[in-house]
Amino acid sequence: MQLTLEFGGGLELLCDSEKIHKVNVDLPNGADSDDFTMTHLLSWVRTNLIKERPEMFMKGDTVRPGVLVLVNDCDWELSGQLDTVIEDKDVVVFISTLHGG
Amino acid sequence: MEAGEAKSKKAGGSRLCCICNQRRPVLKRPKTLQQICRECFYEVFEEEIHQVIVGNRLFKSGERVAIGASGGKDSTVLAYVLSELNRRHNYGLDLFLLSIDEGITGYRDDSLETVKRNEVQIVSYKDLYGWTMDEIVKMIGLKNNCTFCGVFRRQALDRGAALLKVDKLVTGHNADDIAETVLLNILRGDIARLSRCTSITTGEDGPIPRCKPFKYTYEKEIVMYAYFKKLDYFSTECIYSPNAYRGFAREFIKDLERLRPRAILDIIKSGEDFRIATTTKMPEQGTCERCGYISSQKWCKACVLLEGLNRGLPKMGIGRPRGSGNDQKDTKARSTAKSIESKQCGSLEF
Repeated sequence: MQLTLEFGGGLELLCDSEKIHKVNVDLPNGADSDDFTMTHLLSWVRTNLIKERPEMFMKGDTVRPGVLVLVNDCDWELSGQLDTVIEDKDVVVFISTLHGG
Repeated sequence: MEAGEAKSKKAGGSRLCCICNQRRPVLKRPKTLQQICRECFYEVFEEEIHQVIVGNRLFKSGERVAIGASGGKDSTVLAYVLSELNRRHNYGLDLFLLSIDEGITGYRDDSLETVKRNEVQIVSYKDLYGWTMDEIVKMIGLKNNCTFCGVFRRQALDRGAALLKVDKLVTGHNADDIAETVLLNILRGDIARLSRCTSITTGEDGPIPRCKPFKYTYEKEIVMYAYFKKLDYFSTECIYSPNAYRGFAREFIKDLERLRPRAILDIIKSGEDFRIATTTKMPEQGTCERCGYISSQKWCKACVLLEGLNRGLPKMGIGRPRGSGNDQKDTKARSTAKSIESKQCGSLEF
């Protein structure tokens, strides 16, 4: 599926300093398109987009505490966090809050 | 799961904004766990800050106020919201931007570009002290540099405020920052700071009082506000900060927030309600012999650190005061007390 992923708050530095990534994500073999959740997407991002210091982005299976996630401009806390289902053409934004203000 | 259900679950669709009951929610507030829409978020965010300002009587009409503006998320949102509230509620304030240039190549010069798009007063470490942070770090290494920078910055802000002839300074410290500071001071046994660090206004008896309108505002909401309002800010971690002790407190607070978001405000409340035992000896406030700045020791911290730098003794003013170390000829009061209770507060260093 085609997705737009955005990285802000300094996270772009982990992805070759690119803030916006338009990507094509292959669904895991045999999976239904309804089954593709943030869990899968995070794993995909860690493998394919994060080029350095993955611990700045993820802790365990989820994002590092202090990283905000928005799916289609909507706080992922509203849609079940890791259980949020991701669909074709979705826009997912990751913003780190862990820096000086 | 059926496709329709999945879609509506993702959009938070079946639920509506808790406040207006009309629009689709976009955010879950950590403070209240409410699900609210964008417009209601703007309203509560701004209104709560207005209430903090009014309820704590932070400003008086006609005051000249400098906003400590680093170009980062907190100060950018602060400048935006404060000027909006000033206009909307007629605070009658004259607002200025004040920025500190620590001389960190690639960090501060970039963030200052963000601020410079407005009129701003810039004060630099190089001009004030003769040292940039880059030069300081070259001399002292990557440990304890935050001590230097923090001490120098506080004075720099006061100097800048005096240049602008303002009555007050505001900074963008948010709830997360203050909760971290409470924890830090507990972890270090710094009772003097612990008793002061939750005050919303500090330094009323010093050169320039400073206040923190974001004291009860969650960092997450500040970032979301900036995101939805498309406010441009600069966001990189200072390259010298990875070893800062505050990082551990921050990590802990973030983990706590995940489990129980209210913890951040509760830590602040605990900090506000601490009372110091009357048997605890607290430092007395005086003035620095060398520069006249406010100080609880003979020399203020900035003078001690500067002296160390200029004499090539980078450890001066860092670490616990030893009994008879001859490189500790700095003027810190030596601690000869036998018990913890009568140890001079504020003289313990990490």
